[in-house]
Amino acid sequence: MKLPPISYRRAGSADEAVALLAESGDDAAVLAGGQSLLLELRYGDVRRGVLVDLAGAADLAGLAVADGELRLGALVRHAAVERLELDDPLARLLRRAAAYVAHPPIRARGTFAGSLAWAHPAAEWCALARALDARMTVRGPAGEREVAAEDWFRGPHRTQRAPDEVLTAVTLPLLGAGAGVGFAELRRTSGSFALAAAGCAVHVAAGRVTRARIGLANAAGVPVRAAEAEAALVGSDGSPDAVRAAADAAAAAADPASEPHCSAEYRRHALGVLTARALTEALGEAA
Amino acid sequence: MDVRMTVNGQPRRVAVEARDSLADALRDGLGLTGTNLACEHGVCGSCTVSVDGEAVRSCLVLALQCEGSEVRTVEGLADGDRLSPLQEAFSAEHGLQCGFCTPGFLTLLQQALDDDPFLDRDEQKLTELLASNLCRCTGYVGIRRAVVRAARAGRGEPPAAD
Ligand SMILES: Cc1cc2nc3c(=O)[nH]c(=O)nc-3n(C[C@H](O)[C@H](O)[C@H](O)COP(=O)(O)OP(=O)(O)OC[C@H]3O[C@@H](n4cnc5c(N)ncnc54)[C@H](O)[C@@H]3O)c2cc1C
Ligand code: FES
Ligand code: FES
Repeated sequence: MKLPPISYRRAGSADEAVALLAESGDDAAVLAGGQSLLLELRYGDVRRGVLVDLAGAADLAGLAVADGELRLGALVRHAAVERLELDDPLARLLRRAAAYVAHPPIRARGTFAGSLAWAHPAAEWCALARALDARMTVRGPAGEREVAAEDWFRGPHRTQRAPDEVLTAVTLPLLGAGAGVGFAELRRTSGSFALAAAGCAVHVAAGRVTRARIGLANAAGVPVRAAEAEAALVGSDGSPDAVRAAADAAAAAADPASEPHCSAEYRRHALGVLTARALTEALGEAA
Repeated sequence: MDVRMTVNGQPRRVAVEARDSLADALRDGLGLTGTNLACEHGVCGSCTVSVDGEAVRSCLVLALQCEGSEVRTVEGLADGDRLSPLQEAFSAEHGLQCGFCTPGFLTLLQQALDDDPFLDRDEQKLTELLASNLCRCTGYVGIRRAVVRAARAGRGEPPAAD
């Protein structure tokens, strides 16, 4: 099946992408990895006449650590995150979650930032962005601004990004030595989107949990930060009872949708189980 | 408009529309119909080809995105009538029945073998890789045996004993 007629524009820089978007107004879409956009166009879920390809924008390519933060430019692909080597537990968490993002040939082209822009409620990167207080940098005709993850997600496939803005980078704070990380996901087949997933990072000192960050995928129309679960865990000894209490709080905080293969009730239960698994993994490795 | 790519080692110029996928350009523009299209959703992998040393879904890449790229399709694996070691291994291990998925598996696995001649040593990773593509006939056992056989052959080792 052919895609509908489109015109294709190649941007040589982020600024050029912004200019090309402005030229075509509402009819334009940013083309990053194309692993969601091209199939949405093919099946008529999205209608756009002009695609602005970012691939040639060298200023969007970087993946770098500075000032205690990891900055992923818009062109950084899932596969690069899957191979990320960093002297920080954040890399371990990202690598673990990457293994759940689609399968290798999709990961070879799809981008980290594209996932944040697409804002699918089941997306692993969106849940982690919410858990870890990521910041999105967007550039439009009026210049550049940063949006915190808690403000970014507006609903399924809806974000704070205006149609004439390019998401240029996503920034994640490093976790710091000693953090434990965990990720757990339920999906129907390998390569399927998550039915539910939980990712977390914890810090432990003198036998007490001092910090916990938990993000849930597919717990609602937007990624959920399980703040009640975090509060339940912090100050505790991280024992199985404490983990169970946190998992119950996470499940209670979820407002999951129902679908044929996953009722809301089942999904809520799964979110509790996955939270417990992710936390157990993280607590097991926290120094 | 035209797109220039190196396809199976040959410089090619293909007339395409902006909306043509790489699969469209290969099949309709160059007559390389070994690349099969099925789901056109990125799910099945029957359209897999290598682009610049990465196995990708040619249904989810625009031809114009491949300007200047090196593309390898299933037609690029054999040397004339001589099958590649991976193709031989598929035959020896019955890695196919209907054969519809085979070009996608061959391109996926050839790229993986090029990247890592020892890929059969990490069983978990090999399972994940094989799960990239769908085969509705073989149950994957023959395909797995074929890639293991090809990896061993590439290292000059005899086929694994059962
Ligand atoms: C078979 C299959 C399985 C998948 N499984 C998963 C999964 O399990 N988990 C998961 O999270 N994802 C999954 N995906 C989606 C995949 O991760 C996509 O790569 C990702 O969602 C979008 O990234 P992209 O770079 O391909 O973006 P595109 O497809 O190029 O773009 C997606 C949308 O975001 C916009 N956009 C992208 N980048 C920018 C930017 N920098 N600035 C402004 N707008 C932008 C586009 O305009 C478009 O609306 C799957 C996809 C397929 C085909
Ligand atoms: S036809 Fe491309 S993945 Fe199925
Ligand atoms: S051999 Fe028939 S689908 Fe794989």
